[in-house]
Amino acid sequence: MKQTHSFRSTIAPLGALALAASIAITGCKPESTTTTAPAPSKAAPTGESTLVVGFAQVGAESSWRTAETQSIKEEAAERGVELKFSDAQGKQENQIKAVNGFIAQGVDAIILAPVVETGWEQVLKDAKDAEIPVILVDRGLKVSDDSLYATLIASDFVAEGRMAGEWLAKKTEGKASIIELQGTPGSAPAIDRKKGFADALKEHEGMKIIASQSGDFRRSGGKEVTEALLKVHGDKVTAIYAHNDDMALGAIQAIEEAGKKPGTDILIVSIDGVRGAFEAMVKGTLNCTVECSPLLGPLAFDAVEKAIALDEQPKKTIVEDQVFDQSMAEAVIDSRRY
Amino acid sequence: MNDPMAKPKEWFQGGSLVWPLLGLVALLAYDFLFVDGFFRLEVRDGHLYGTLVDILNQGSKTMLLALGMTLVIATGGVDLSVGSLMAISGALVAVLVTQTEMSLAMIVPIALAATALLGAFNGVLVSVAGIQPIVATLILMVGGRGIAMLITGGQIVTFEHAGMVYIGNGHFLGLPFTVTLVLVMLLVTSLLMRKTACGLFVEAVGDNETASRFSGVSTRSVKLAVYGFSGICAGLAGLIAASNIKAADSSRVGEMMELDAIFAVVVGGTALTGGRFNLLGSIIGALLIQTLTTTMITQGVPPAIAPVPKAIVIVAVCLLQSEKFRAEIGGRFGRRASA
Repeated sequence: MKQTHSFRSTIAPLGALALAASIAITGCKPESTTTTAPAPSKAAPTGESTLVVGFAQVGAESSWRTAETQSIKEEAAERGVELKFSDAQGKQENQIKAVNGFIAQGVDAIILAPVVETGWEQVLKDAKDAEIPVILVDRGLKVSDDSLYATLIASDFVAEGRMAGEWLAKKTEGKASIIELQGTPGSAPAIDRKKGFADALKEHEGMKIIASQSGDFRRSGGKEVTEALLKVHGDKVTAIYAHNDDMALGAIQAIEEAGKKPGTDILIVSIDGVRGAFEAMVKGTLNCTVECSPLLGPLAFDAVEKAIALDEQPKKTIVEDQVFDQSMAEAVIDSRRY
Repeated sequence: MNDPMAKPKEWFQGGSLVWPLLGLVALLAYDFLFVDGFFRLEVRDGHLYGTLVDILNQGSKTMLLALGMTLVIATGGVDLSVGSLMAISGALVAVLVTQTEMSLAMIVPIALAATALLGAFNGVLVSVAGIQPIVATLILMVGGRGIAMLITGGQIVTFEHAGMVYIGNGHFLGLPFTVTLVLVMLLVTSLLMRKTACGLFVEAVGDNETASRFSGVSTRSVKLAVYGFSGICAGLAGLIAASNIKAADSSRVGEMMELDAIFAVVVGGTALTGGRFNLLGSIIGALLIQTLTTTMITQGVPPAIAPVPKAIVIVAVCLLQSEKFRAEIGGRFGRRASA
């Protein structure tokens, strides 16, 4: 299963890495690391043969993540690119090993969805020395020198929170008592989606967050927190803002059990745009979801091709997020892929 | 817990119930004074409705896990796999309910049998292979979630099956059905442990495994049985968790709940070193943890710092539970008084 896969995928690159290290020591290192000069040594072997791209994924912890992996795999197949896939199971050390492995195998480019923000300096330097461009997807990272990666393709979590807040302000004409269901404390989406929402609320005096608790991005968490808060705040609550759809779906159940109508008595807005959210919107229990698209494949490979061709590209590409409400749900639900 | 059968003291010999009860009462007193509407109860649609009822319902999963965990810990072991076993039973039920025509009377036993077998597998690793319990059960803790993900294909499987939804959301005698479930499990386990020789065997194995083997106790069967039983409890908790949200969330359900269960057991007066155990204590411990969680939510404690007060209460009760600590404190005060 998973174990054997990761075992093989970590051991094999290690062997290759040792080999590569010995080559490097004997003096095969490229003399120049500037990316402005064309790199004929690189282009020659790949000219005719297919492009080889390594993809270091975080893991498969959510349907969103699975959809992202799927999108990248499909796009690779579409473009006839050979994709080497590595699942880090949520651990940075696995991911660093995987990237080192890709470097040793001499891939043409690396797509990386970093588990955490820090600790990438060395491995990215190695990639740069080997003249392998690194494309970051969905999460950023902190390095002293941003030439260490080619570009970042990600959603703007702050913008998502702001879009959710603006939608709610418009819908309620600037008057609401809101329960906020936060994601896992300390995680980037939870921090940014909270901030963005709060920013949107600043312009509306009548909109107040009366309670803000963590549902840990879980359905059960969303239900438990909503259940408890509805008992304390009772009829005051007019809206719920959840940092992801799963918590919103849990909250909907809690509202139903409290004898109220979700989507009518209490408005619910969330972020992600997973299939369950669209189903709930068709049913009328969820009011709005801000899409955070995991379908990064096409953008990622565009970036790969540009990086290899040494074309100019922006350091950061923001994936267009879109607001979906009930009026649009019916029309698009069948075209949703995750 | 107004279970009349719980009264006879000898049933629950072992650690003292006083300390966890005191902790629970203190916490409830705080809620009574400072949290508006915490004790408000009303009757809605023929059942009780209020925060206290939620605590019983939400706490039922930890209570069930703690029952199984108590016996495992009493034999000197620990079961880290319960959270993953919850995921497996939830996944099995969700898939069977949505993709087959089987009745619930078939599906529930299948799910529980599966987790019982996996629990027994833990038991085999511990007793036959002689692997440290913490390592042996870690295998399923990690692998079990993978199995659950395989069953559901990595997706969240939702269901609307009325019978299945009832388990975690339905009401029986005006209270959540889960309360009945926990009471029945507590009663059955207590009867088995205190009215038959089973309890003696469990304590003997936990106290001194070698001595009990020489006195003719089949230590292997005892361990197989307690890990299997823990599997069943985890399976039940998994059913409740899935039913609660009408979905099997394989990747997230039961995460970290093994630790809650261990806390509940320790707070309830069962020694981690094995030997004595206290089933009712574990139930109270589980209630204490759930009350704490609910208090944090209703009090508006920022989620990032919520673990701190939680830890303080748990440490306080654990310290009170420790005889050595009490003796030390008592000694200090005694000396000061005489000086």
